[in-house]
Amino acid sequence: MNIVKALFKSQGGIHPKYNKELSRDKKIETMPIAPLLKVSMSQHLGAPAKPLVKKGDLVLRGQQIGEAAGFISANVHAPTSGTVKAVAEAPTAIGAKIPAIEIEPDGEDKWIDGISGIQDWKNADNKELIAKIAEAGISGMGGAGFPTHVKLSPPPNKPIDTLIINGAECEPYLTADHRLMVEHAAEIRTGIEIIRKILSVKTVRIAIESNKPESIEAMNKALADIDGDVEIAVLKTEYPQGAEKQQIFAITGKEVPSAGLPMDVGCVVENVGTTLAIQDAIINGKPVTERVTTVTGNPVTSPKNVLVRLGTSYTDLLEFCGSTKNDVAKIISGGPMMGFAQPNLDVCTTKTTSGLLFLAPKEVYNYESMPCISCGRCVEACPMNLMPSELSFMLEAEEFAEAQELNVMDCIECGCCSFSCPAHRPLVQHMKQGKAWVMLQRRKKQ
Amino acid sequence: MAQEKQYIVSTSPHAHSGASVHRIMLDVIIALLPAVAASVYFFGWQALRITAVCIISSLAIEAISRKMMGRNLGIGDLSAVVTGLLLALNLPPSLPSWMAIVGCIFAIGIAKQLFGGIGYNPFNPALVGRVALLVAFPVAMTKWNDALNPDRWSGLAWAVDATTTATPLGAVKTALSNTGVIPTDLLMSSKSMINYMLGDMSGSVGEVSAIALIIGGIYLLWRKCISWHIPVAFIGTVAIFAGILHAVNSDTNMPISFHLLSGGLMLGAIFMATDMVTSPITKKGMLVFGVGCGLLTMLIRRWGGYPEGVSFSILLMNAVTPLINRATHPRIFGHVAKKAKTGVNDK
Amino acid sequence: MTTAILITAFTIGIIGLVCGIILSVSAKFLAVKEDPRIGEVEELLPSANCGGCGYAGCADYAKAIIVDGAPINLCSPGGADTLAALGKYTGQEAVAGEKMVAVVMCGGDNTKASKKFQYNGIVDCAAAASVAGGDKTCSYGCLGYGSCVRVCPADAIEIVNGIAVVHPELCISCGACVAACPRDIITMTPASETIHVFCNSKDKGPIVKKACEVGCIGCRMCVKLGGETFVMDGFLAKRDYSIEVADEIIVEKCPGKCIVNTKQSKTTGESV
Ligand code: SF4
Ligand code: SF4
Repeated sequence: MNIVKALFKSQGGIHPKYNKELSRDKKIETMPIAPLLKVSMSQHLGAPAKPLVKKGDLVLRGQQIGEAAGFISANVHAPTSGTVKAVAEAPTAIGAKIPAIEIEPDGEDKWIDGISGIQDWKNADNKELIAKIAEAGISGMGGAGFPTHVKLSPPPNKPIDTLIINGAECEPYLTADHRLMVEHAAEIRTGIEIIRKILSVKTVRIAIESNKPESIEAMNKALADIDGDVEIAVLKTEYPQGAEKQQIFAITGKEVPSAGLPMDVGCVVENVGTTLAIQDAIINGKPVTERVTTVTGNPVTSPKNVLVRLGTSYTDLLEFCGSTKNDVAKIISGGPMMGFAQPNLDVCTTKTTSGLLFLAPKEVYNYESMPCISCGRCVEACPMNLMPSELSFMLEAEEFAEAQELNVMDCIECGCCSFSCPAHRPLVQHMKQGKAWVMLQRRKKQ
Repeated sequence: MAQEKQYIVSTSPHAHSGASVHRIMLDVIIALLPAVAASVYFFGWQALRITAVCIISSLAIEAISRKMMGRNLGIGDLSAVVTGLLLALNLPPSLPSWMAIVGCIFAIGIAKQLFGGIGYNPFNPALVGRVALLVAFPVAMTKWNDALNPDRWSGLAWAVDATTTATPLGAVKTALSNTGVIPTDLLMSSKSMINYMLGDMSGSVGEVSAIALIIGGIYLLWRKCISWHIPVAFIGTVAIFAGILHAVNSDTNMPISFHLLSGGLMLGAIFMATDMVTSPITKKGMLVFGVGCGLLTMLIRRWGGYPEGVSFSILLMNAVTPLINRATHPRIFGHVAKKAKTGVNDK
Repeated sequence: MTTAILITAFTIGIIGLVCGIILSVSAKFLAVKEDPRIGEVEELLPSANCGGCGYAGCADYAKAIIVDGAPINLCSPGGADTLAALGKYTGQEAVAGEKMVAVVMCGGDNTKASKKFQYNGIVDCAAAASVAGGDKTCSYGCLGYGSCVRVCPADAIEIVNGIAVVHPELCISCGACVAACPRDIITMTPASETIHVFCNSKDKGPIVKKACEVGCIGCRMCVKLGGETFVMDGFLAKRDYSIEVADEIIVEKCPGKCIVNTKQSKTTGESV
């Protein structure tokens, strides 16, 4: 076990104000179960799950209430025991309306029978382990929510040689992953060992940004006697070092090809939260029914890292963290760089809710669409080496095909360009529109 | 309808670096202050007059033309002040005020607003103003004051043309075409070198003091308003080119230091060529741009009809900026060359 | 100096000449043989190139008339004159199609419809609609960011109090706005018709009521009173323009206040 500096420096990147001190040292607190939980069927990337229960049904904690619909999808489980009040559409963090199962908890929080882990996972069949993970409905808990069992079953023609555990948490404000590493390092270690076995990789790197010495230390302690090629790779504190492609480059020097996946360069990246969930599923047999999320922002009276049941509404979540003093101008589900602004607090916690952020009026800046003054700051900041200025100029004129030629699809929507733009141009929104157009064309072709 | 409290919703990101166009322009103005101070010291009232006239008329023309074209952006972004200031620094101190105003009309009204306002102008507005004046009033535009003229503070010498001389570059060029060799008394002694550094020479309002311009340049670099690429490539190319010429024949070619310090190179390379709107966006493109400016400047200075070529070269390179941008697109992350993609890049 | 200018002028002149010759020669040799009648028909069209006829432009329509025998009454910007000219040219009988005008089927302006949040971003309806579902509480209503205004070749659309309004007398029925609207609110209707259902919301009554004062609540009153003139599409009433409105009483009776006769409501701002 070593602690090493990441060898490579990806291009671009920015240094926002991190504001992590608001919640960095707050121990994870368990939130009492809210009076009503709305469990969305879209907790992950891909097709929403199919509801398995109907109004009036009694459910127990851990009982499957949504079934993965298709290859890229994930199961959903009841976060507590109680009665199904309704199966109705509810808003999601991105503004879509997706069926959700409303559960009124009975207060007993009774687990479903037959919850059991695979104690002897070291000798278990990989297929069995992956099946268990799929059954537990685990999907990436960093934010994107890619179903984990899919990630862990790469096709045979894509040999995996490196496992990267992503503890970078490069988004400003968020500290949930940091707290997980500090408080649950041992469990994360087991999770790492399980994934390592499933993928049968030798090289494991735990990626942590240099601004989290405590996490580094905790992980170092927990991993002290681990065998094999395991190292903590300390990343330069820079946004977006936590983005998959940038992280792989920083650690291995390999570039994930355009439109490709990490497995194309022999890597699998798992978030620390996901790793913990895998451990919970394999060792304890528990599906995902809760997650740790950061409720933060200057207007919040007591910012916290909260262990919260899925389906808890943002209103309840905020209430647990006090209230908002003075004015709130913007509510963001996720971090300030890639999170989604919310019109209200109606949305409910999902597996991908990495944080809930409140911004005061003076912390909100306005997009203005001034003309580009060609300062080149966006080009310098773009970690994908795109030319956001040029792309946005084209997309503003609705020249979508040209933008596609100039590889708008390579944009990872990290927001570095908009962050840097002195003309306050809505660059990322242009990129999103351009990408949406390309996707539409692709769908039309099919 | 009754409205509840509404939050602001936009796409990500929700954080910003705090940079603004206003701030960038303010930085450029701050960076130009040493040069303005130096010019006032060397040329007295005249410099102050030209500067004031240019800034005020630029602002006025900006406001008027924006109104006429129905653009509702205010003049608050300070870009008009920058243009006016830069134009003033490029004019001879003795230029009549009305001509300066004409220059501003060309710079702001035509070169900037006619092309669509800030961000859309292909040519550096201040340089367009200057070149337009040079073509329209060639005599007035090549009439230079001596620096540190004792009369420079006497009275309000608004329209008085003080003793006029040629710029160092101009003097050398004339002598060269008359006699075929550079007069030794004009060549750089260590004393004149220091004078040129400080700005004790004839020239346009802002170009004389290399030291003041370099201080401004360092400030801009520190504030990240410019990158080193254009100035270094520009000045470096001029230095190398001049060095080679001088080495080949030192009778007919001026030494490097003379080229670097005696004309408008510092002003051009640090402030004019680095104008964001009209110079390339990519770093590689900036290098190409700088080298191009340097080459053209030397071609004009050595073989062209004018003693000075900085303005023309920058304008010419402005014209090819879109091409340079296009040709120097950075390699996009993940667009790996074919070889590297297939070969397993394991170490 | 003067010689320099002369030389420059001369050089540029020569270059221009050479280019001109090359162009004209290539135009001769590379020209595609085309039915001359197509060009002649194109001359008769107003060259608005609006695409309202359903073809890619006037030239395309001209070709369609000659080659495919397309009907000659599709050009609305040209109006009766063009139709007459085309009729004379082709020898066909010139029967005018009914003039169609675009109508924005939403009456929920800023005073009547509520907003969920303050949108900040690209001023474009498609862009706005993709951020948290658009800032209007009603997810069917006009967003008012003017995507239709920008595509209208006749400048016939105006944003009034937060929603788009088409000026029928200016509309050349090209349909560009219909395609530009991300919410599909704009419909082409016969110009003679002035009674429309100014709502596009398929939501149930209570939801509509919460979002807007002038929304269709799906009460079927118009269907009851107006017979076949109105049809229900889920919870939304629609006009069937093939049948005339017999009794205008329905305009007053509509409980949702979304059926409006644009002729009488000049002052209310719903339309002209
Ligand atoms: S959002 Fe896209 S274009 Fe902007 S910096 Fe990130 S990758 Fe580059
Ligand atoms: S950062 Fe903004 S102003 Fe600068 S080049 Fe990019 S888009 Fe243009």
